[in-house]
Amino acid sequence: MAVLTEEQTMLRDMAREWADNESPVTAYRKMRDAAPAEYYDAAAWRAQAEMGWAGILIPEAQGGAGMGYLSLGLVLEQLGRNLAATPLAATAAATSALLLGGSEAQQVEWLPRIAAGDVVAALAVDEGPRFAPDKIATTVEGGKLSGTKEFVAEGDSAQLFVVAATDGLYLVAGDEGVTRSPRKLTDARSHAQLRFDGAPAGKLEGGADLLTQVTDRATAALCAEMLGMAEAAFAQTNDYLKTRVQFGQVLASFQALQHRMAKMFTELELMRSVVEGALEAIDSGRANVSHEVSLAKAVAGETLHLVSRETIQLHGGIGMTDEHDAGFTLKRARVLEAMWGNAAWHRERFARLCGY
Amino acid sequence: MATAEIEAPVDALEAFRAHAREWLGAHFPPSLKGKDNAMSAVEGPHENTPEEAAWQQAMGEKGWGVPTWPKEYGGGGLSRDEARVLQEEMARIGAWNPIGGMGVMMFGPTLLEYGSEEQKREHIPAIAKGIVRWCQGYSEPGAGSDLASLQAFAEDRGDHYVVNGQKTWTSGGQWADKCFMLVRTDKTRKHEGITFLLCDMDTPGVEVKPIRLISGSSPFCETFFTDVKVPKANRVGEEGQGWTIGKRLLQHERSSLSGGGSTAGRMFSGAPLGQLAKKYVGVDEQGRIADADLRSRIVRHEMDLRAFMLTLRRASAEAKSNQGPSAATSIMKNVGARIMQERSELLIEIRGLAGLGWEGEGFEEEALKDVRTWLFGKAVSIYGGSTEIQNNVIAKRILGMLDHQ
Repeated sequence: MAVLTEEQTMLRDMAREWADNESPVTAYRKMRDAAPAEYYDAAAWRAQAEMGWAGILIPEAQGGAGMGYLSLGLVLEQLGRNLAATPLAATAAATSALLLGGSEAQQVEWLPRIAAGDVVAALAVDEGPRFAPDKIATTVEGGKLSGTKEFVAEGDSAQLFVVAATDGLYLVAGDEGVTRSPRKLTDARSHAQLRFDGAPAGKLEGGADLLTQVTDRATAALCAEMLGMAEAAFAQTNDYLKTRVQFGQVLASFQALQHRMAKMFTELELMRSVVEGALEAIDSGRANVSHEVSLAKAVAGETLHLVSRETIQLHGGIGMTDEHDAGFTLKRARVLEAMWGNAAWHRERFARLCGY
Repeated sequence: MATAEIEAPVDALEAFRAHAREWLGAHFPPSLKGKDNAMSAVEGPHENTPEEAAWQQAMGEKGWGVPTWPKEYGGGGLSRDEARVLQEEMARIGAWNPIGGMGVMMFGPTLLEYGSEEQKREHIPAIAKGIVRWCQGYSEPGAGSDLASLQAFAEDRGDHYVVNGQKTWTSGGQWADKCFMLVRTDKTRKHEGITFLLCDMDTPGVEVKPIRLISGSSPFCETFFTDVKVPKANRVGEEGQGWTIGKRLLQHERSSLSGGGSTAGRMFSGAPLGQLAKKYVGVDEQGRIADADLRSRIVRHEMDLRAFMLTLRRASAEAKSNQGPSAATSIMKNVGARIMQERSELLIEIRGLAGLGWEGEGFEEEALKDVRTWLFGKAVSIYGGSTEIQNNVIAKRILGMLDHQ
């Protein structure tokens, strides 16, 4: 566990308590079965905003808390533990773009409303099903943006989009020139296709690597959610093995299973280090953020993959049933692994960054 | 290599090949070519088209759905060599076997070995024709891997038993006509207190409740038995002999689950991973899959798959002596499960988020199917004896290691 400030410790404990009490996995199940158009519980999102989470990254002057990425990660980790359906990660990703590249006018217009939870925002980069920030065809002419973005997280409900075009990032607000088509993935969360047809767009400033900086931040935040999911699934499995009796003994007494749990525990420790490392690298403005993010996403992807598979296998038949929560982790895990580059993509980038 | 069976003369085999080719040509409707459904084992029955019905009837009457079963009970009476030739001739024209299910894979072979003459005459022909569906009453909520601790109890009432208890993971229970089950007839002895019974699913007191899976389908049921009358004539073998018979059936199950039959070919059919990856990931300037990491994992998988198929072929060649499935089936089940699951995961990874669609617009039909197969496939390493249980079997029975802790 990273060394936390008193403020961060309070934030983490509050998030944990809220997620456990107000947003347990049963709340996610309820949302899935009710399938609201936005794919999250609007009242729960309102409560999160009231606790200040929508403004964690936003400076106090703009109505936020200015706490940074490690703090955001602490909250997302707790939400991930309970598979909470929330637009927090997507909104934070778009917020990063505003913080890094927004003009003062753009920041003043949007950041206070985001911090207050009045605006859900989303980051729209990919134009195919795989992460490919170098393959962008969306164009802007005379302030009008045109192109198609695939699988935009929270695209069903967001009122503000940060959109990658051939010459940089743009803000698109509202529905003029925007067509949304829902895409139902296994995790029952929002991943809409967005078609922009001459949508009014305002350019964000920032250097040539603004897109990379923004997606790195989005990726690091996602890793925190993955960490929470993996930890919770592991804990659930550990509890199950201690109670399920076969051959007259609890499963936890079998060495073959003990060693697999020990292996997963070990991997989880490594996962926590790289995820926290990436978030801290961003907060401290280090030059090697991309290295740290690729390391974190590659390790997080592999570890969550291992844990989510083993959760099903070690639960046996009961883990295969929809009634049990294990399937939720498996399904969401694959979506998060694929978002913002899977383990293979990040290993490749890591190799390039290291000069291999 | 095992001994026994004398190789059939080549010319006799070739004569059989000519006969099979002619008969298949006359009876297999070309419109059904390749229309086999790999998920049919876990999906419910569907209304047969007239072509499908005719094809099933023809194969059922010929006995070639169960080619090596004895002719007197409606089987094909073929030697293993002839059955292999039949398989080759069917593959040549894209024909498939319309007769399947648990009756063919598990129960039939077991009944042929342990059933009474009356039982064989009653049940085997209907399985061979594919007109009676069987389900398996083995697992219970508290008796999964530790099957012998099952509790469903059959009380002796003279000419019949009265069964009470609950079974779970009853594959296709909601569609089955009959159930072969293990019940306890003696509470004082664990393995020796188990008896093998056959029960009509429409007997009063039998209730099924489908279980919804993470894949969204409900191929399994919980099955409840409340004061269910089962005639003694429906007992296979002696009272207390059920564990021996039940274990034999599990060997047949493992053997079929390991892909020894036609399932392997079906499981691994579809577009080669390499082609799909080129489409979704793109190629580099030399025409290779652009993602080197993915490329090497695909190659490793394809090599594993080939090693598996070659091993299946070698095992089947070595088992020509007709000894039935051996402990080596545990190895094949584990490898088959691993390869199938890896393939599913690679398919999903290749397509990115387009490979994770649940339903609705924006996804290729094939991709949606692959998602369900991926999720359902997580059961392959659990059912029919989990990977862990198979490893125990390998360690103890094959390697002679000690009882595990």
